[in-house]
Amino acid sequence: MSANRSIRVTAGILITIALVALVGPWISPHDYVTTNFDNPLAPPSLGDMHLFGTDDLGRDLFVRTMLGIRISLLVAIVASFVSLVIGVAYGAIAGFVGGRVDAAMMRFVDTLYALPFIFFVILLMVAFERNFLLIFVAIGAINWLDMARIVRGQTLSLREREFVEAARLTGVSTLRIVFRHIAPNLIGIVIVYVTLTIPQAILVESFLSYLGLGVQEPQTSLGALVEAGVTLMERASWSLLIPATLLALILMCFNFLGDGLRDQFDARNLS
Amino acid sequence: MLRYTLLRILGAIPTLLLVIALAFLMVHAAPGGPFSSERVLPEHVEKEIERRYHLDEPLPKQFLRYVSGLLQGDLGPSYSYRDYDVDELIADTFPVSLKLGALAMALALLLGVSAGTVAALRQGAWLDKFVMGFSMTGISIPVFVVAPVLVLFLAVKLQWLPAGWTSEVGLKRLFLPVVTLALPQIAYIARLTRASMIDVLNRDFIRTARAQGLGTATVVRVHALKPAMLPVLSYMGPAIAAVLTGSVVVEEVFGIPGLGQQFVRGASNRDYTLVLGIVVSYATLIISLNLIVDILYGVIDPRVRYR
Repeated sequence: MSANRSIRVTAGILITIALVALVGPWISPHDYVTTNFDNPLAPPSLGDMHLFGTDDLGRDLFVRTMLGIRISLLVAIVASFVSLVIGVAYGAIAGFVGGRVDAAMMRFVDTLYALPFIFFVILLMVAFERNFLLIFVAIGAINWLDMARIVRGQTLSLREREFVEAARLTGVSTLRIVFRHIAPNLIGIVIVYVTLTIPQAILVESFLSYLGLGVQEPQTSLGALVEAGVTLMERASWSLLIPATLLALILMCFNFLGDGLRDQFDARNLS
Repeated sequence: MLRYTLLRILGAIPTLLLVIALAFLMVHAAPGGPFSSERVLPEHVEKEIERRYHLDEPLPKQFLRYVSGLLQGDLGPSYSYRDYDVDELIADTFPVSLKLGALAMALALLLGVSAGTVAALRQGAWLDKFVMGFSMTGISIPVFVVAPVLVLFLAVKLQWLPAGWTSEVGLKRLFLPVVTLALPQIAYIARLTRASMIDVLNRDFIRTARAQGLGTATVVRVHALKPAMLPVLSYMGPAIAAVLTGSVVVEEVFGIPGLGQQFVRGASNRDYTLVLGIVVSYATLIISLNLIVDILYGVIDPRVRYR
């Protein structure tokens, strides 16, 4: 019951944030690039519609923050999709084939778990001139490990079920069994784990942007806004606190949502 | 046990080689060399530079040269710091990062395990809810948000602690960076400990211990703690990786002259050898620490040795 409520509350907050991020910049009289050197570091106010104040160049921080949220969510969705495709394919194959192949594939995942992936992503960003598309792919490529593990576990148990046996007896090929018979049964747990990879993807993206290796000006993301806020915090604490709070809130909501969904899923599977 | 240990050590070698090869390839697949920057150099000068850094050799040869250098502890010359070798730069900055990371891990284990155990013993009570709420928050909020916000309130507004890396050696300047670095790990370890402690406390041998009239403190300390620590122990690998990552941010925010700061600088200067050298040393460190964790796991839980 309480898990159910936490799902509804966190989903509500996330949907609200996403809607405001989509509609807000469109309603606001300001845009994200126009500088106004007569009005730098203005505190948040309703009067001139600078809801979150302005930055050191006089740009409207509300619109910029909303833009940052859009980018963070976009990166999260695309990266989660990449990790979903890799993780499900890898996990399903390992779990279905089983035996030595499974052992080797999972040993490989264990190995990758311990690697400092973020440093590889930074290396990529340095080597390939901060390509935006690359951020998506790189983040997705490092986040598939959990998914692969979960999907493998689930596949191992599905493999023994009668309908898979039946498919095999009628001569359906292994690949077809994996994609047509096993994969659809994985959807529930996959959705749960995607909710948990989204905050990880947001985190990696904002970390890169914070270090100045992610999105480039005048585009922005929550990480880049936090970074800008840090340099201004002594004169304009809101420029740090607002994006920092929003980033924390979004990450927290996704984590609570994923946790709640997992509890529900487990409860349903156990009963 | 000897067989288990040897197998683990043998298993770590290909991993390490894979990492080095991957990092090396990534750097060398980069479009444009490290010197193709602002100034256009005359062709013969460019050739000369390439020859000096062996960039004109075929890639496999360069790789072999790099690996054989590594075996002798030579990571090559830095591209951006003239007259410095990468190993010198790493040796200069590593001790500070090590101190920071080790203190943060110690703090995280101490507080995380205690908080998790207390929460498990008071399952469902307000104290448990508080620890779990804190833990979820701590897991969710990234280090680069916690660090500046703590600086803003504790250093800039209240002026209790220094905001940066002061010249004054001691606990004062270490406090904020270590706490920031430890926070997410405290949160995660508390969660893990709570879950596994609850699981262990429901086992038969704990019931037997209780039935013999042992107090809760003794039961936890003597009987429950060791088996409950296994998941925490296997989390140590990822935890170390996370602390190293966090240390990059913490060193940036507090201006600590450590390896993480060196890494970020190397990245923005496009100092390929330095960045490559640091990635390779990070990976070596993480893989060796993981190896130690693996072996410890075998010591604590004999069952894994025969798997």
